[in-house]
Amino acid sequence: MAGSNLTTTDYIQHHLQNLTFGRHPDNGWSMAHSADEAAEMGFWAIHLDTMGWSIGLGILFLWIFRKVAKTASTGVPSGLQNFVELMVEFVDDSVKETFHGKSKLIAPLSLTIFCWIFLMNLMDLVPVDFLPMLAQKIGVMFGADPAHVYFKVVSTTDVNATLGMSLAVFALIIFYAIRTKGVSGFIAELTLHPFNAPNKLAMVFLIPVNLLLELVTLLAKPVSLALRLFGNLYAGELIFILIAAIGLWQLPLHFAWAVFHLLIITLQAFIFMMLTIVYLSMATEEH
Amino acid sequence: MNLNLTLIGQAIAFAVFVWFCMKYVWPPVMQALQERQKKIADGLDAASRANRDLELAQERANETLRESKGQAAEILEQAHKRSNQMVEEARDTARQEGERMIANAHTEIEQEINRAKEELRMQVARLAIEGAERILESSIDEKKHRELVDKLATEL
Repeated sequence: MAGSNLTTTDYIQHHLQNLTFGRHPDNGWSMAHSADEAAEMGFWAIHLDTMGWSIGLGILFLWIFRKVAKTASTGVPSGLQNFVELMVEFVDDSVKETFHGKSKLIAPLSLTIFCWIFLMNLMDLVPVDFLPMLAQKIGVMFGADPAHVYFKVVSTTDVNATLGMSLAVFALIIFYAIRTKGVSGFIAELTLHPFNAPNKLAMVFLIPVNLLLELVTLLAKPVSLALRLFGNLYAGELIFILIAAIGLWQLPLHFAWAVFHLLIITLQAFIFMMLTIVYLSMATEEH
Repeated sequence: MNLNLTLIGQAIAFAVFVWFCMKYVWPPVMQALQERQKKIADGLDAASRANRDLELAQERANETLRESKGQAAEILEQAHKRSNQMVEEARDTARQEGERMIANAHTEIEQEINRAKEELRMQVARLAIEGAERILESSIDEKKHRELVDKLATEL
């Protein structure tokens, strides 16, 4: 427990607050000292813990894979290369199964999504207090109030992180749709479906309806992608925090939940990857 | 749960990671995989080819073996024939030689007999003359009767 003078609610809220640096209306560019201050910063703030962990884990992933890629031999693969090849083949098979167009981007994109999200999710299995307490100790060394050192280790429990990724995917969806169908084709897809009428006048009335429906469909993709991952991981993290708050009996419970959660983090990474592939293949398909 | 700059930061980081992965991670690994696949396929090909070669070689070896066995039998037969022939020839030569030797011996014996007969005749003639001399004492002129005795001797 992070300090025995905290109430359980404080403890949980403390755990759910990101380490935020941003432009406060009163204090200017500074660290947020409380959840309220972080909220007041509005858009012009950045979650240092989310960025740090996600970029760090991304670099770890790329470093490992690059190391193998540089020395990749065609002979009998050894330990790490075996693992990397397994991942690459698994992703490649998934992409080939679903995405039938030709693209150099989709497969590495999927690999990055899967591995990166998996690594970020994996941080959920680190006991919830380890890294935040370490961060507190370090923060205190730099003269910060320990109660104000917020630290969320799991980047995917930050909706900004998941939405950031899904928006990048969304941009790719639009890019691919326009590339295969052209701007007019893309607009036609948004306006001339699903209702169609041979009469020109009737069509004019149907266009706004179509546009409304199709826009919702289109926008639902990145939003659902982001919120699914965020929701699963946030809930999982919350349960870890709740388990950590009950005292001594947390150990067997923590273990049980961690085992179950291991399934969730893998599954969520896989789902994010698969849906990305599916959306992109839908975007490149001609109707 | 406030949306803020992190969103954009994440999107940029994501884009950079994907770009790096696409540029520096995916191609070499994929290439290695494909090359290994090709290598394995080649290896399997080579193995099946080698198997076929082996079968052919075995067949050829069997054929050669069969041929050489036949040849050996033939040679053996010829040798047998030849040896029989040689034995036959030797036997013939030996018989001829023996016959000739026997014939030689016969002639020699005959000559010996003739010589012995001659000598006996001479001795008989001399004995007869000596006997007659002794009977007649010196009444007989040796020269005169010599002719008579020789004639007698040839008649014997």
